[in-house]
Amino acid sequence: MTIPIDRLDRELGWLMLGALIALVVASIAGAILARRATSEKGKATVANLNDRIRAWWVMCAVIAAAVLAGNAGSVVLFAAISFLALREFVTLIPIHHGDHRALLYLFFIVTPIQYWLLWTDWYGLFVIFIPVYAFLLLPARSAMAGDTADFLARTAAIQWALMICVYCVSHAPALLLLDIPDYIGENAKLLLFLVIVCESSDVFQYVWGKLFGKRKIAPSVSPNKTWEGFIGGVATATLIGALLWWATPFSPWQAAIMALVIALMGFAGGLTMSAIKRDRGVKDFGGLIAGHGGVLDRIDSLCFAAPVFFHLTRYFWHG
Amino acid sequence: MSPLAALAAAWLARVAAGPKVRYCADGPPSRQSIFFANHQSHLDFVVIWSVLPPEMRARTRPVAAKEYWTASAIRTYLSVEVFRAVLVDRANPSLSALRGEMEVLLAALDAGDSLILFPEGTRGSGDRIAPFRGGLDFLARERPDVDLVPILLDNLERIMPKGEFLPVPQLSTVIFGAPLHRRQDESKPDFLARARQAVIDLEPGHP
Repeated sequence: MTIPIDRLDRELGWLMLGALIALVVASIAGAILARRATSEKGKATVANLNDRIRAWWVMCAVIAAAVLAGNAGSVVLFAAISFLALREFVTLIPIHHGDHRALLYLFFIVTPIQYWLLWTDWYGLFVIFIPVYAFLLLPARSAMAGDTADFLARTAAIQWALMICVYCVSHAPALLLLDIPDYIGENAKLLLFLVIVCESSDVFQYVWGKLFGKRKIAPSVSPNKTWEGFIGGVATATLIGALLWWATPFSPWQAAIMALVIALMGFAGGLTMSAIKRDRGVKDFGGLIAGHGGVLDRIDSLCFAAPVFFHLTRYFWHG
Repeated sequence: MSPLAALAAAWLARVAAGPKVRYCADGPPSRQSIFFANHQSHLDFVVIWSVLPPEMRARTRPVAAKEYWTASAIRTYLSVEVFRAVLVDRANPSLSALRGEMEVLLAALDAGDSLILFPEGTRGSGDRIAPFRGGLDFLARERPDVDLVPILLDNLERIMPKGEFLPVPQLSTVIFGAPLHRRQDESKPDFLARARQAVIDLEPGHP
């Protein structure tokens, strides 16, 4: 099988150039807004916006470096993201001393195995390893410690941490495993498609919400989510996805539908993770990414979009 | 001291404990100090040490219990070679022995080094901060020019509970308070209570 390296490289280059242009435009817009802002509240909003844009430069650089380093780079990047997300999630859940060993296994055995399965292309075990083996054995290890107070709540929280931070996140680099006819060796662009659509849905929900947001969707969960932001953001992301069809195995219409699904799942992810933060009484999961909060605050939408996008693509396009 | 191992230890501490650091109004500490904090886990001093500015880190030594930190070859290597800990023998409670330990601490201060110590003496259980022992008062009286910097640690007992030897990575908090000094007319119990209160006051939501 000959791999059309030339085509791959050129299209990958276009995607990255597009991201670069978007960053430059955003930075210029941020600088203009910074000059125009007059009120205290406006200045604070613009300062946060510019923090976010600066962080996007770093995040895009990291993703580009990982993708250019090949499949190994992507697998290592998402394994690191899983680790950082897990660290933030476990901080917030009601664990006891009796869960310590189970959590050590979760961090240092289960998570590496999940990414090792990905790396060795062992699909059958990759999709069931966490839901079958980890979900059954980790609670058993906690039970062995003998502390039954709040056992169900602790166990459920640990399983949810594993589900969101490791199982879901690992489905983004799993896109690299798919064998799609006429698309062999080009899967990195599918991963970028997912990330670009998902994150632009977040960004444009924020932008449309800031500009026109009035009617709140779920004020008790997330006061910043409005119908105007939701509709504008999802529509914009769908359009961006459709316009990127040439980088995917999809037709323009198929790309639009996939982008719509990604954006909708992303919204569900953001809302669900907001509910968790609200429940635990925090505003952000962490502070690693200036302006955005923690790693989980940035990838909450990706967590929900990745497995669904992966399985839809696999079901309809996998050779 | 082995700088490479020290750098690796500081990096590992940050990976395991993801410390979120808050300084007092004056910013990061830059003068010779005695850092004193509530004690939650064996990670405590490594985490404090890892968030100090590099030039401070090179000149800051933790005060650690000799019986624990020399119990194995690895611990001895870490405490003596990597962290340059000032090891204190708590096994011998006699007054003369205590006096000897204090002289070791004073010598470290006189060499220009800063110290990290945990005046509760032992790791607390839960949220309560135990009453402070007298060592801090002695050092503050003998070396009144050295800044006494209160530090509040949070969430480290969840990362590495008592009896465990590997950490479950999570985020922790390290809050530096404003430096304080012992007043000349202050009694030992008064000063120790004030120092302890300075740590408690760093808790979010406290005045």
